[in-house]
Amino acid sequence: MKDHYDVVIIGGGAHGLACAYYLARDHGITDVAVIDKSYIGAGGSGRNTAIIRSNYLTREGVQFYDASVKLYEGLAQELDFNVMFSQRGHLTLAHNDGSVRTMRRRAEVNKLEGVDSRLVFPDELARICPQLDLSEHPRFPILAALYHPPGGIIRHDAVVWGYARGADQRGVDIHQYTEVTGIDVANGAVTGVRTTKGNLSAGVVLSATAGWASNVAAMVDLELPLDTFPLQACVTEPLKPFLDVVVVSGSLHVYVSQSDRGELVMGASVDPFTSYSMAGSLDFLEGLSGHVLELFPFLSKARILRQWAGLCEMPPDFSPLMGFTPVVNFLLDAGWGTYGFKASPICGKTMAELIATRQTPELLHPFRLTRFAEYDQVGEKGAASVGH
Amino acid sequence: MLRLDCPNCGQRNSAEFRYGGEYDPRPEATIQTAEEDWIRYLYQRRNVMGLQIEWWYHRAGCGLWFLVERDRRSNEVARTWRWQSAGAEKATGEIES
Repeated sequence: MKDHYDVVIIGGGAHGLACAYYLARDHGITDVAVIDKSYIGAGGSGRNTAIIRSNYLTREGVQFYDASVKLYEGLAQELDFNVMFSQRGHLTLAHNDGSVRTMRRRAEVNKLEGVDSRLVFPDELARICPQLDLSEHPRFPILAALYHPPGGIIRHDAVVWGYARGADQRGVDIHQYTEVTGIDVANGAVTGVRTTKGNLSAGVVLSATAGWASNVAAMVDLELPLDTFPLQACVTEPLKPFLDVVVVSGSLHVYVSQSDRGELVMGASVDPFTSYSMAGSLDFLEGLSGHVLELFPFLSKARILRQWAGLCEMPPDFSPLMGFTPVVNFLLDAGWGTYGFKASPICGKTMAELIATRQTPELLHPFRLTRFAEYDQVGEKGAASVGH
Repeated sequence: MLRLDCPNCGQRNSAEFRYGGEYDPRPEATIQTAEEDWIRYLYQRRNVMGLQIEWWYHRAGCGLWFLVERDRRSNEVARTWRWQSAGAEKATGEIES
């Protein structure tokens, strides 16, 4: 490790590595270190359910995530790495009138922003996803769904590795198993970072640690509007391919897709109380299984292979915190709750632009940290695990 | 499964309770209370990775709102007690890593 870097990025996940990659590719800034306390992609980047979509509820959100989907579409080519992006279509089910109304509104907001998204009803649903129980018998009958054809799944590890290799090839240093223990501040500006492998001086420090941002911010005496919750997910043993869309239900707090290996990848909402513990619970497994069987009763004999948890730092308005902070040269890419992975490319690209130009790109302006004091929140109720 | 010791009902499964957020006394509401204090109270959280004092509500039991000190790294509960008065609660949970 050198003793000085122009840019130090804390967190070697998809966000941090993408930022390093675009700093080097677009702005020629290569004196960059990415530091992670574990291996790259050990946090949220390797723990999400790998769903990509842009059918959000707010204009700001839709524009941001749509820019991300467009980058994902060209990512395998760009990184020369097979990220296995499969735009197989994404269904968000509505089980009551209130949800149908929300889906209709989302579809209209999406269309205004040029995103392919529309409301479909059981007759069409039966063609898109005949595996669903569309009868009127279930406790939560399916009345309609928001259909988003460009949505899909990707191999999340490949995204991390692709960005890491691209950044590395352009001269970025990646330091794994190096934990940041402190951040030095003098006269209100960041001067350096202390780590378990030595101290270094830094021009700019970017915190890109999903889940742990409050702890990093505390090193510069900053309190953030974030609370950290675990979110659990699981996979079944491999089954023959039968499901070629992503199925989500906000009311049942469940999302299901089938991976290329045949496993059903399933996630739920955040746990009922905050924690930094990533231990799994039987409560989660029981609740999730019940909800999945509500949608696909024939899966009752499927067996769970493994379960895990990741950390989600939730802001009050379900929108991220990005950009400048009161501490000069300390930047945030935080508050990525349940929706961070799908935003990785655009976060990396816009944060790199912000670091290089010292100007907040237009796409990031709505997500500035000062929005709370300005009473200008971005209420993103289209985020995963937010009930409708 | 997390179990909590309700001051009225004793040890119960956490599914009976509702988590109510970290303990953060509300600023005194006077005309002088600075706007920044309200903003801090409304939005900012310490979100510590360590011991935290927090509110819980026994919704499927006696209906009591009470305080719990819990280690957010392990979910180990250090103590639970009845709230007395604002300002009397001393947070022992400093940031530990």
